[in-house]
Amino acid sequence: MSHAEQEHDEERRDFLYYATAGAGVIATGAAVWPLVNQMNPSADVLALSSIRVDVGEVEPGSQLTVKWLGKPIFIRRRTPEEIEEARAVALDDLADPLARNDNLADGTDGNDANRSVPPFEGDDTGEWLVIQGVCTHLGCVPLGDAGDFGGWFCPCHGSHYDTSGRIRKGPAPTNLPVPVAEFVDETTIKLG
Amino acid sequence: MSGIPHDHYEPKAAWEKGLAKRLPIVGLMYDTLMIPTPKNLNWMWIWGIVLTFCLALQIITGIVLVMHYTPHVDLAFASVEHIMRNVNGGAMLRYIHMNGASLFFVAVYAHIFRGLYYGSYKAPREITWIIGMLIYLLMMGTAFMGYVLPWGQMSFWGATVITGLFGAIPFVGEALQTWLLGGPAVDNATLNRFFSLHYLLPFVIAGLVILHIWAFHTTGNNNPTGVEVRRTSKEDAEKDTLPFWPYFVIKDLFALAVILAVFFAIVGFMPNYLGHPDNYIEANALATPAHIVPEWYFLPFYAILRAFTSDVWIVIAANWITGGIIDAKFFGVLAMFGAIAVMALAPWLDTSSVRSGRYRPMFKWWFALLVVDFIVLMWLGAMPAEEPYATFSLIASAYWFAYFLVILPLLGVIEKPDAQPATIEEDFAAKARGGDAGGAAPSVQPAE
Repeated sequence: MSHAEQEHDEERRDFLYYATAGAGVIATGAAVWPLVNQMNPSADVLALSSIRVDVGEVEPGSQLTVKWLGKPIFIRRRTPEEIEEARAVALDDLADPLARNDNLADGTDGNDANRSVPPFEGDDTGEWLVIQGVCTHLGCVPLGDAGDFGGWFCPCHGSHYDTSGRIRKGPAPTNLPVPVAEFVDETTIKLG
Repeated sequence: MSGIPHDHYEPKAAWEKGLAKRLPIVGLMYDTLMIPTPKNLNWMWIWGIVLTFCLALQIITGIVLVMHYTPHVDLAFASVEHIMRNVNGGAMLRYIHMNGASLFFVAVYAHIFRGLYYGSYKAPREITWIIGMLIYLLMMGTAFMGYVLPWGQMSFWGATVITGLFGAIPFVGEALQTWLLGGPAVDNATLNRFFSLHYLLPFVIAGLVILHIWAFHTTGNNNPTGVEVRRTSKEDAEKDTLPFWPYFVIKDLFALAVILAVFFAIVGFMPNYLGHPDNYIEANALATPAHIVPEWYFLPFYAILRAFTSDVWIVIAANWITGGIIDAKFFGVLAMFGAIAVMALAPWLDTSSVRSGRYRPMFKWWFALLVVDFIVLMWLGAMPAEEPYATFSLIASAYWFAYFLVILPLLGVIEKPDAQPATIEEDFAAKARGGDAGGAAPSVQPAE
């Protein structure tokens, strides 16, 4: 065999090595992927990503806690005093000046008017506040009607939230977020 | 097993010869059990046996507990109560398994700090050290997932906080957390996979333990002097060593008996002392316990996790340099895993040519401070996240990193080590003389 032929042969062999190794890697990846993917949320878990909540019996000044996506959601029907108190706060006094409302564009300011969920019909008086009841510090569940600002208080590390669920004092970095929520009829809120 | 020269197994009877030709298992076991072991090993060299015992204890009690446990969010808590009240001897089995985890960590911390003091991590034992660190990481993962299984309040909220750490990773964190949990929050999918892995990982640990033992059987044990066993001839080696069986097996079993007396006193009389009462309340996603604390053996690293809050200058600097990618939460996660990583890198960070801390006059003090630091961090991890604990946590965390990243590299350069004995035999003879004189000889170190 001449030298040139040998060279030619080696190139051919290299190509075969790479092709075989490549095919092996792809086959292994294809075999492993189902084993990884099975750990992602299953169909029944995903199916619960939207729920309807009957709020017909929630009186002003009271609160309903429901579990949605494994986390507590506070649905509060606020009294006029609570709304007034929340709306009287200047933006400059907020630790987190953003609305954190999934129904509005990112970066919307944290005025109380941008925190409530509008009723099925009529003007939004700010009566319905829907927030995720998970402290933005380390994930504890804050207590209602408590704290220095009349809203929520997290017992774990002392974060105080006002009647709009906005962080006012303590280690939590952001306001309690407002999840995607809307009224689908007079008395039903759809979450997600 | 290669390594120190010693007598090997010689099959004698016909069946032994026949077996050895086909499967040399008797020879393997003989060489493992009769390995030449430095004869000056002190009482800090007993933890390996204790750890092996713990692994066996946890696997055996775990397998029988699974016969009565149900991994489902609606049934898990009740099935643990069923074990406690109805299963024959169930309370005892569960208490042994629960406290067995604590004994496991007591032993592993003693074992690790033994290695750090006597320089057991140094060449040629780096691979033994790295395998040991992997075992330690797997132990932590296994213990954490096991703690979730009873589905009490601490189980649930501990799982929420710890898996939340992965959520702090930039860009992929949230997707990774959802993948780990199998949903948006800790729930049935999480409980099931933790159960599966809690059952699997101890067997992975067992495999790594075999590699760990294989590695140090090849290099030979370290010993309190850090001086290597002579390998010039079998006769020289025999002056420095004794076979593992029966000398060290009996010694180790004696130590194990003493430790188990204490262990069973705790299991029998105060089985819940190290636990948290909130874990006897069933998990509730809508109510958080007032104070979430991990198990005692995680506290030092939990303290490091919490130490780096957003007002610390190094966190602010990291945040600014990375354009906000590294925030305080992620920095804390990096610090916690980094604290273990720097320990794993000790073989390359320690520049001293002297192995044992016994002959390193300055190192001794820094090491003692590290032990104190570890205990202080453990205490701080159990304290609420407020002043003055926050400042203490920061100082203690800083020392942990400084020890590995600054002190170990520098000491090797600036320290003047004491004279080491030429051989293990010499050290052993000197100690024996000291013992005869009732410890009166001032030049002799007291037994560790």
